Amino acid sequence: MSAFAALFRRELSLMWASGGLMTPLGYFVGAATLTPLAMGPDRALLATAGPPLVWIAAALAVMATLERLFQADLEDGSLDQMMLSEAPLEALVLAKGAAFWCVVGAPLALAGAPVSIALQAPIDRIPLIVAALGVGAAAFIGVGLVGAAVTAGVRRGGVLIALIVLPFFAPPVIFGAAIASGEDVEAAFLILLGCALGATAIGPFAAAAALRLQAE
Amino acid sequence: MGQSHPFSKSATLRVEGLSLRRGQRQLAEGLSFVAPAGAFVELRGGNGAGKTTLLRTIAGFGRPAEGTIVYENLAEPALSIHYVGHLNALKGSETVAAHVGYWAGLFSSPADMVEVLGRVGLERQRDLPARVLSQGQARRLALSRLLLAPRPIWVLDEPSAGLDAQGRAMIAKLIEAHTNNNGIALAAVHEPLGPSPSITLTVGG
Repeated sequence: MSAFAALFRRELSLMWASGGLMTPLGYFVGAATLTPLAMGPDRALLATAGPPLVWIAAALAVMATLERLFQADLEDGSLDQMMLSEAPLEALVLAKGAAFWCVVGAPLALAGAPVSIALQAPIDRIPLIVAALGVGAAAFIGVGLVGAAVTAGVRRGGVLIALIVLPFFAPPVIFGAAIASGEDVEAAFLILLGCALGATAIGPFAAAAALRLQAE
Repeated sequence: MGQSHPFSKSATLRVEGLSLRRGQRQLAEGLSFVAPAGAFVELRGGNGAGKTTLLRTIAGFGRPAEGTIVYENLAEPALSIHYVGHLNALKGSETVAAHVGYWAGLFSSPADMVEVLGRVGLERQRDLPARVLSQGQARRLALSRLLLAPRPIWVLDEPSAGLDAQGRAMIAKLIEAHTNNNGIALAAVHEPLGPSPSITLTVGG
């Protein structure tokens, strides 16, 4: 088994066993359910303003789980062993991001369906919103890897992570929200894909560089 | 056994004029030694003298402030070094067998898991999660990495911490087998590990 596959499998089972799925999912569904309560019973208002809010909830849900992503590995010495693997650290970081997407990103995207319905999104737009959330989660995670790596050695690094990643969360949120409200869907989806590809291509390199510095 | 092929006889670890710094603090200056294939280097020095920093620098995690480390006839550090530090790199919820399986993948190991666990004395604990292991058992699990993939340089930071007499004898045996196999072992110790060191180095005066 290659190092990439070994780490991917381990991360899946560790995240699964630690209930890593429940925190972001609870955050996401909770934030989205509170929205209609806060906005009042006006259906028309909810239908225009509601669906984009799914994206804010998704961005915050991903961010809330980033803090421990590399911190635990740094504290227990696992990071040292990753650096001594035959696979480059960049590939291992990518494996970790991929596992994170499977445990957090994909369930968030699926949960986007009932949540968008609750926020009065038209039913025929739901599949598109789910697909866009899946792609957007990849963009969030690609950026998030860097934030988590830079702050791995910082106690209570959550605020610092927010400062680092939030500016980069803006483009996927902007174009994802455009998709959710049905404006220029095709163009917005392509740009969102571009964000995700860029983040997954650059993120692991930047994160690995940050982790090497932390290991010194 | 896991390591039937001896390592290259011409492999040499050469440390020249090494200075170490931790933050603003100067730890050691002008460290030099040559460890040929089959050498066992014992590092001594008080707490905070810089043994761990030296070992981590040799393992390639950090750059020396001054001086050079040459890995002669060896692959890059990431491929030729095993590092067992203070931290055992264990995840509490994962079983002993899952750790070994993961490391086997991480180091592309051809070794047989049952045999490796037998050699470190953990065959009966293979299905226990790491969080219920005792200190010594956790240490044994960390040391099992040395046997999983044959790598010529072992960098050990107080490897006997937490181990009973039997465990210390096990380390002595592992190091002897490794150096007889042309491997190079470096260990920071407070008490002699057993095998007589070919070089004893005192860090930080």
